[in-house]
Amino acid sequence: MHWGRIVALLANLLKDIGLAEDAMQDAFESALVHWKKNGIPQNPQAWLFTTAKHKALDKLRRAQNYHLKQQQYQHLLDTKSSSEISEEDYSIPDERLRLIFTCCHPALDSSTAVALTLRLLGGLTTSEIAKAYLLRTDTMAQRLVRGKRKIKQASVPYIIPEKTEFSGRLDSVLTVLYLIFNAGYSATSRDTAQRQELCQEALRLTQILLRLCAEESEVKGLLALMLLHDSRQAARFSQQGEYIPLELQKRSLWGQQQQDKGLQLVQSALKQGQIGSYQLQAAISAIHAEAEDYSSTNWHEIILVYDELLKANPTNVVRLNRLVAVSQVESPMKVIKELNQLESSLKKLPTILCCKGRFIS
Amino acid sequence: MKYMALIYAAENAGPQYDTDEFNQLIEEYQSATEQFESDGVLVSGDALQDINTATTISIREGKTETIDGPFAETKEQLGGYYLFDCESLDQALKYAAMIPSAKYGRIEVRPLMDYSE
Repeated sequence: MHWGRIVALLANLLKDIGLAEDAMQDAFESALVHWKKNGIPQNPQAWLFTTAKHKALDKLRRAQNYHLKQQQYQHLLDTKSSSEISEEDYSIPDERLRLIFTCCHPALDSSTAVALTLRLLGGLTTSEIAKAYLLRTDTMAQRLVRGKRKIKQASVPYIIPEKTEFSGRLDSVLTVLYLIFNAGYSATSRDTAQRQELCQEALRLTQILLRLCAEESEVKGLLALMLLHDSRQAARFSQQGEYIPLELQKRSLWGQQQQDKGLQLVQSALKQGQIGSYQLQAAISAIHAEAEDYSSTNWHEIILVYDELLKANPTNVVRLNRLVAVSQVESPMKVIKELNQLESSLKKLPTILCCKGRFIS
Repeated sequence: MKYMALIYAAENAGPQYDTDEFNQLIEEYQSATEQFESDGVLVSGDALQDINTATTISIREGKTETIDGPFAETKEQLGGYYLFDCESLDQALKYAAMIPSAKYGRIEVRPLMDYSE
């Protein structure tokens, strides 16, 4: 499915993300009719793009202010002939990086960015996204409309950020992708299929992102982290749908191929020497992956990585997770003392009560 | 596109009047404004007097009601604004971040309504 790729190209041509999406939707619907009747064209991408462009032009012509803006759209009419070149040698330039950065712009609320990314890049339908996030379709539709409206009305630019801003803006993109992954990862077997599929969608989008900026070590780190987590999917739930914690998981059920790919990515990322929090989290996951069984986990190494992660990301959640690792090698008294210090600032986190309960019992 | 950068800060936040820090802030404002001008993005900009000078009026059922004070009793008050003419939100945000009060207050950036659209 080349949805995101065509939407990205249309958005670049039309300078209007909402119009690009609408036109793509129309083209998609007409493909369902035409392809059924006449068979799939030789180059479906080119067919979809050309049709979508015509749909967009039709919409623009019907708009009230077309005569005012005709000049602005002239380039669209001009490219008409060139975009109708023979379908065989047609290749679509990849503009998805612009689309990713626009959908994940920090001026958009993260829930809006998630929805826009899934819709515009992932090609999920509004109702699929709504189901995945347990919202009503019209609520999700409103969220998407609000997002597209803000992009248009506030002139959020459709560009790849400049070098000086690139890594900061990339952070927002990675956050959105990781949010999508985690929404899927936290799904239980009782959740909808759509929710569970968010993991695959996040993986797919992160793979695309890595192809578009192959040298970014944090993108590698995030993809590695997702792959390593995802490799454990089959071992995380019992047949009755109950969650199985890491220490009780059957490691033979861990997906070897995904794990290997994840391990290879972490190593390659860390070698670049630009350490970031996704790489470190992936490194922790990699240490678990390398252990034969839970009891042979290299906790000392994990603690060292947590120390680094704390420098990059000094939050109480990281402190708590580090302490769980420390508890594997230190005396319970020492751990409880540190836990008590953390407790006052972590009251709202149910995990701390679980931890404490486990050490005391 | 025109963007309004609204400068909000708590009255006791940041340097207080008649201190060295305050004078430095004024200088920072002057040099920021010069930068906005030389980059060709400045339409206008002003500081407001403090909220004790505010009067709020409303007309309900034909009757004008006048209240001594600001509309909303919030901690952070509108203290001034810049009006920028920029190519995109990214550019407007870049200039908004150069407003000295961003370091202790907040700058809300909003595009102006464009009636030609």
